[in-house]
Amino acid sequence: MDTNVTTDSLEYGVLTKDLNLWYGKFQALKSVSMSVKKGQITSLIGPSGCGKTTLLRCFNRINERFSYVRTAGEIVILGKNIYDSDVSLIELRKNVGMVFQRPNPLPISVYENVVFGLKVHTPRKQLKKSVLDETVEKSLNEVGLWDDLKDRLKTKATSLQLEQQQKLCIARLLPLKPDIILMDEPCSALDVEGTHAIEELMFTLRNKYTIIIVTHNMSQARRASDECVFMLLGELIEHSRTEELFINPKNPKTAEYIEGRYG
Amino acid sequence: MSSNLTESTLTLPDAIPKRVKRVGRPRWAIIGEQALELLIRISGISAIVFVLAIFFFVFKEALPVLYSHNFSIKEFLFSTQWYPTSVSNVRYGTFALLVGSVTVTLLSMAIAVPFGLGAAIYISEFCGPRQKETLKIIIELLAAIPSVVWGFIGLTVISKLITTITGTAVGVNLLNGSIILALMSVPIIVSIGEDALKAVPDSFREAGMAMGTTRWQLILRVLLPAAKNGLLAAVLLGVGRAVGETMAVLMATGHSVKIPHGVFDSVRTLTANIAAELGEAAAGSPHYRVLFLTGILLFVITFIVNLTADFVIRGIKRK
Ligand SMILES: Nc1ncnc2c1ncn2[C@@H]1O[C@H](COP(=O)(O)OP(=O)(O)OP(=O)(O)O)[C@@H](O)[C@H]1O
Ligand SMILES: [Mg+2]
Repeated sequence: MDTNVTTDSLEYGVLTKDLNLWYGKFQALKSVSMSVKKGQITSLIGPSGCGKTTLLRCFNRINERFSYVRTAGEIVILGKNIYDSDVSLIELRKNVGMVFQRPNPLPISVYENVVFGLKVHTPRKQLKKSVLDETVEKSLNEVGLWDDLKDRLKTKATSLQLEQQQKLCIARLLPLKPDIILMDEPCSALDVEGTHAIEELMFTLRNKYTIIIVTHNMSQARRASDECVFMLLGELIEHSRTEELFINPKNPKTAEYIEGRYG
Repeated sequence: MSSNLTESTLTLPDAIPKRVKRVGRPRWAIIGEQALELLIRISGISAIVFVLAIFFFVFKEALPVLYSHNFSIKEFLFSTQWYPTSVSNVRYGTFALLVGSVTVTLLSMAIAVPFGLGAAIYISEFCGPRQKETLKIIIELLAAIPSVVWGFIGLTVISKLITTITGTAVGVNLLNGSIILALMSVPIIVSIGEDALKAVPDSFREAGMAMGTTRWQLILRVLLPAAKNGLLAAVLLGVGRAVGETMAVLMATGHSVKIPHGVFDSVRTLTANIAAELGEAAAGSPHYRVLFLTGILLFVITFIVNLTADFVIRGIKRK
């Protein structure tokens, strides 16, 4: 499907080449090759169980925490195959942030959540209080939480509203200046307003970050993404500009799906 | 109440004529249930009754000594002189015993907490399912060893080890007792600690991992804060075990009443003292009563420990 994989790979945030993944004996990804453009929002859609989450979790290699997961193929991020033996998982995950389906801020204060990444990745000596304070303000501002939370930085993050929690989960990625942000159905636990707010936030983050978002919600994919990838049973069926995919799908299976014939 | 309900069902339509439908339940079932309820209530109340009875008995045995002319509460609490059977000058100072209990407990916790929590972390985060099962079984076995056997080990094995390694004259001492107590409390700390870590949602682990933590950072910065209540409970249960233990410390600590100046000094604990002397003290004698008073002192200590634990845990929760 992708013919110009060999073009300057730096133009792309993420490139996968012939990616296969097995959970034990079950093959969840089948020869997925795709190229995600830098600075754009790409959505992954497809029926339940088609492997969207699985694919997303390959990009920061967090799938590998289960010992029965086996992968084959290549994923090129920032010009480097992340499966190369000299790749540091820590550096990779610093560059590729992830937002989960259920908001999962850590059970520590709002402030500590935001500076968590910095504290993990910088030697303690280089961490000045003023820098941390500044980071917190900047990151919370960027996700639009600063005004709400500036007086509550010491409260436990897990006691916030879900929408705030999810925004906080995005905010905590920003101090590490990631290139790519992965979002796995970030709005599925939120109400309409929360969903709207997160989408707005995605728009403000676009260009600065390459965003890949998994969604079940077709209208969300349509509203909020530049490009759209349709998957079915572990295979990539179609990848094109969002308008194109929804108005003029090339593959009949895509057409069937967006007309709502699968679950 | 049941009879009314059964009555009303007699007016059912003719479609189901012969069989009288019962909405109520048979009498025996109701009586049975009530009996069962009574039984449960009695067992619940009996706990209170037993506790009160024990209190009553202990206080009844202990309190008369407070009015005895050769007893002073100040001496009891703050004197290190424990000469309960002296003919010319009886003295009932338990301070050395108290210090003995406290030092043995603290030293044993200094050994047991790092090992216990370390083992809990290893079992919950590092090993595979097979190894996990094996380790848990072994730890349960450790918990099943009776305290007399531990005392025996202290008296023979550990004592010999201590004398050969360090060259001290006497192997039964503060260090020996603490090692034994540590070995006895580690299983509790491990199993409760492991439960606490297991209860940490996987989403926290993934959150940390996805932020690029190393395994070690994940433990320090994510798991320990998330599980701190449970881990604290694990430690406090270990303390409880150590404070209350009698037989093993009786055998392993050397049993001399003095304030220890180092880990190789022999000590005696409050519990060991009661166990050793109560049999010899004539019932109703001042000595006998003072031993009961020591029991009350012990009770007060454990009560304070538990209460603090409760407050600490609740304080953390409120935050
Ligand atoms: N940890 C796992 N172990 C074994 N099989 C798994 C695991 N995670 C996912 N699978 C299987 O892999 C397939 C793809 O799952 P995945 O979660 O990627 O689907 P999805 O497209 O994200 O679905 P959904 O829309 O329901 O989130 C499913 O058949 C699923 O059962
Ligand atoms: Mg999913």
